[in-house]
Parts: sequence; structure tokens; C-alpha cells
Amino acid sequence: MLTQLFFGYCALMIIMSGILAISLRNPVHCVLMVLVMFLHMAGLYLTLNAEFLAAVQIIVYAGAVLVLYLFVLFLVSLRDEIRLNPFVGNVWIGRGIAIGLALALITVLPSFIPGERGDWPLAAVREVTHTKAMGLELYTTYLLAFEIAGLILLVAVIGGLVLARREQGQPPDHEGDEVVPPAHRQLDNNEEVRR
Amino acid sequence: MIPLSWYMALATILFCIGVCGFLTRRNVIVMLLSIELMLNGVNINLVAMSYFLESMRGQVFTFFIITVAAAEAAIGLGIAIALYRSRRTVHVDNLNQLKG
Repeated sequence: MLTQLFFGYCALMIIMSGILAISLRNPVHCVLMVLVMFLHMAGLYLTLNAEFLAAVQIIVYAGAVLVLYLFVLFLVSLRDEIRLNPFVGNVWIGRGIAIGLALALITVLPSFIPGERGDWPLAAVREVTHTKAMGLELYTTYLLAFEIAGLILLVAVIGGLVLARREQGQPPDHEGDEVVPPAHRQLDNNEEVRR
Repeated sequence: MIPLSWYMALATILFCIGVCGFLTRRNVIVMLLSIELMLNGVNINLVAMSYFLESMRGQVFTFFIITVAAAEAAIGLGIAIALYRSRRTVHVDNLNQLKG
């Protein structure tokens, strides 16, 4: 009973903060709403006996990814935020697509047939603790995938650095922020001539 | 005891909230946040399945999804900063340079 109440509370908060996150005007408020949602998802993971994932959810998502979002929001001034054309012209068409997708998926749900059971019943996980059980799987069965995940993170770090680096042809953000050496200036002139 | 279908319904609703945000919002950063919402909907599904099918597979996949989401956030926000740098003075209404 208590578990169901907790699930209901978490589900309600997740849905409410999710809706608020996509409908609030100020992007900082959106990020904060997503933070609330992540915290309640960590609570949901606790009801599923996934303590390690709950901790990772808070540390990595709420602690690192959302802070990255907040930093970028403060770098990109809110007055002239970057805007794109929406994929669908009318807002209500987008909402209709989303609601239709939700209805279709929920009607399909009862025909779900569970597969065969794995070899980690609840008692076994409780015996060796969740972190150790997950580490055992991660470092034996999924070792190659784990290495590839590390490689993806490395590529993301390098890609982020390259993308966010200031191009040499552009003036610095503030006057006197950095002094461009003469050699680079020569390079810039050449580039502009080429253009 | 909470049935599996509750978790799957919640995951579906969360995914569709993400779809709605991605389709309707115009701010690049909020669109990236909507992608995070969608990934989290999938994560709920995977962890719930992994619990009810007594397997670790879904949780390992959730771990990898979190990795990919972090990488995607880094790259996407890098692109956002680069766009902002190159088009700073103009109030950008359509970034359609890649359309050719």
C-alpha cells in the first residue's frame, strides 16, 4: 500500500513536472522542472530495487547533465535565445500527434507478452547487493559495450571542445579578453581573402 | 506490489510529453531537454522490465542510455553555443543553412 502511494506520488510529480518543463516560457524554469522530474525518477528506481541506478540518476543526470544545461543557458543570453522553426506549423498539430501517439501506445500495451526470465531473481540481487550484481554483468557479459561507451564519452568530450571553441576569425567576446598573436591575424586575413 | 503495466503506462506518457515538447517548442535547448524526457521514459520501461523479468539486462542498457544522453547533451549544447556565436547579432528565426 505504501509502495503504491509512493509510486502514485512519483508518477504524478513526474508527469506534472514533465508537462511544466515543456510548457514554461523561461528555459531556466524548464531545466529546474526537469531536475524535479529526475529526482522523482530516482525515487521510482528505488521502488524497482535499482539503488545504483537511482544514485547514478541523481549524480550524473541531476548533477552533471543539468548543470551543463544551466551553464549553457547562462552563456547564451536569454534575451535572444536560439530559435528554430518548429517541425510542425501549428502548435495544436504537434500536441495532436503526441496525444495520438500516447493513445496508440497505451492501447497496444495490454498485448505485451513478457519474455523468459533471466538469472537475477530478487533474492540473488539482494544477497550480493545491487551494485555488485550490476558490476558483475557490466564487466563480464557487456564488457565490449562498456568499452564502446567509454569511447563514445571520449568522442563527446573532444567534439564538445571542438564545437564550443572560439573560432580564430571571430572577435573575442569582450574587449581585451584575449590578445590575438600576429601570426594568427595573418592567418585570419588569408582566410578572409579566400572567402 | 505495483503491476508492470503501470510503469509502462507512465513511461509511455513521459515519452509522449517529450515528443510533444520536441514538436512544439522552438528553443533549441528546450528541444534537447525534451529528448532527455524521451530517453528517461525509455529508461523507466527498461528498469521496470528488468525488475519484473528478473534480469540485469535492462538496467545495464539504462546505464548505457545515460552515457549516450550525457554525450548527446555535450555535443548538442556545443552546437547550440557554436550557433549562438555565429549568429549572435541577428535574432535567428530560421537556422536553415544546412538545407542547401
